[in-house]
Amino acid sequence: MSLDESTVKKVANLARIAIADEEVPHLMNELNGILGWIEQLQEVDIEGVEAMTSSVEVALPMRDDVLADGPTGGGQPQAVTKNAPKSDDHFFVVPKVVE
Amino acid sequence: MADLTTKTIAQLRDGMRAKEFSAAEVFDQYFTRAENSRALNAFVRFNVELAWDQVKASDERIAKGEARPLEGIPMGIKDLFCTEGLETNAASRILYGFRPPYESTVSQNLLDDGAVFMGKLNLDEFAMGSSNETSAHGPAINPWRREGEETKLTPGGSSGGSAAAVAARLCAGATATDTGGSIRQPAALTATVGLKPTYGRCSRWGIVAFASSLDQAGPIAKDVRDSAILLNSMAGYDPKDSTSIDRPVPDYEQAIAGGVKGMKIGIPKEYRLDGMSQEISDLWTKSAKLLEEQGAEIVEVSLPLTKYALPVYYIVAPAEASSNLARYDGVKYGVRVEDDNIHEMYKKTRGEGFGAEVKRRLMIGTYVLSAGYYDAYYLRAQRVRKKIAMEMAAAFEQVDLLLTPSSPSAAFGLGEKSADPIEMYLNDVFTVTANLAGVPGISIPGGLDAQGLPLGLQLIAPAFGEETMIRGAAALEEAIGFNAQPTEWWR
Repeated sequence: MSLDESTVKKVANLARIAIADEEVPHLMNELNGILGWIEQLQEVDIEGVEAMTSSVEVALPMRDDVLADGPTGGGQPQAVTKNAPKSDDHFFVVPKVVE
Repeated sequence: MADLTTKTIAQLRDGMRAKEFSAAEVFDQYFTRAENSRALNAFVRFNVELAWDQVKASDERIAKGEARPLEGIPMGIKDLFCTEGLETNAASRILYGFRPPYESTVSQNLLDDGAVFMGKLNLDEFAMGSSNETSAHGPAINPWRREGEETKLTPGGSSGGSAAAVAARLCAGATATDTGGSIRQPAALTATVGLKPTYGRCSRWGIVAFASSLDQAGPIAKDVRDSAILLNSMAGYDPKDSTSIDRPVPDYEQAIAGGVKGMKIGIPKEYRLDGMSQEISDLWTKSAKLLEEQGAEIVEVSLPLTKYALPVYYIVAPAEASSNLARYDGVKYGVRVEDDNIHEMYKKTRGEGFGAEVKRRLMIGTYVLSAGYYDAYYLRAQRVRKKIAMEMAAAFEQVDLLLTPSSPSAAFGLGEKSADPIEMYLNDVFTVTANLAGVPGISIPGGLDAQGLPLGLQLIAPAFGEETMIRGAAALEEAIGFNAQPTEWWR
């Protein structure tokens, strides 16, 4: 499988990365180089093998459905929005999305 | 006063407790040296004021006989670990100015044990790279140079700042992370010891995420004992990381003295790559012989799926990264490039904020997860990964440890491999399998090549086999007796 220029632009859009038109041919070659290299996985027989989802065989732990203390807990809007490029009264500010 | 920066963590710890020197004297020497070594670009940010407060507190505790395990030990922290109030930007422009309101679990564990943080260390952007050249701050420089040359060499990556800082004695030890080899390869290129623990041994909470099923924190240190001491503090269960393993942390330092008598050590024959340098091949054979002389039994093992490990990695890691890095959108933290349209704002922010390698990987990841390709790429890779992990587990039914080289070459010049992404990716050929299988690995200095550059040897252990691995590494370290130091051209 190899990518053409329009697919590169589509993938960049899906990844929400702006790329200039003049970058596209170069990126296409690089991505195709990498995809061509990983193509060799097609030759491995994976019949009957399940996908690995975790490197450690343990069940995911459950926790009580209560608000935690400390940094993962709630009630800290100031800390949450402190690093935002734009915030107002503990809200993140983004360009208008609803007309 | 003697040069305290030549001492190991164990020696500093014992010396401070015996009142031979104070935490303030130790910190002052390390900090002066680090400040005079800016040419190495290892530290990207110092933490002076806070650190001095910690140092004073450490000396008070030592005076009262209340020293904690790492009391007063000056450490460098890879800038992928969130440090409360201290900028953490993962060497990415997109995170410039981010001051975490919390401390990562691993760095908190170190602080709780008395370690002093000198500052943050350079790395490849979001830990994606093998040479430090993808860092937004420019690469850290290897203190080692080829004999008679002034070419600037890479300290490896992604934990290149950690490795360079420890090799140049700018800090007593450092934190690092390893997703495909990012602890062990830089350790090999700088003659330091780098230990990647079992997946789940150290909490990932508060570490800027790259590929969550592979990322694991560990130490880079001057010797095997120091790496064990640091792991003692870094490891442990953390309910805040759902993949953290609830299992007691043994005293890894105690494991050192055991020796390798009666151990079975495997040599995976597929690791003998076509075109492998004679020097690396000889070093590998010689080190197996040294282990044999100490009473280990050397066994050839076969891991035929080895060659698929890197292609699997370059599907799984970018796929997970494309999901993890979706959070950098110019809204919650870091920098934003404005536009009236929110989608354009996202795209411009990410287009300008991420570097070339990160963008490349995010696009690969997005592609292999996109509709119609998920089964052919991602699912297939995860199934091959399972086979690789099963093959590794089967090998550990025959042997206690595997012995391999750590990297396919010694340190290379900056710019020498950056034109071809795949050539750069091949740096991790010996290390990446341990990440896919979730097992621990350690790199120790093996010797110098003909140009005077360090080469590393790797031991790999089964899951939670850190003690056996440390025992093997300490025995090999002693048998090799490596004690070379880089010439100090940078000060």
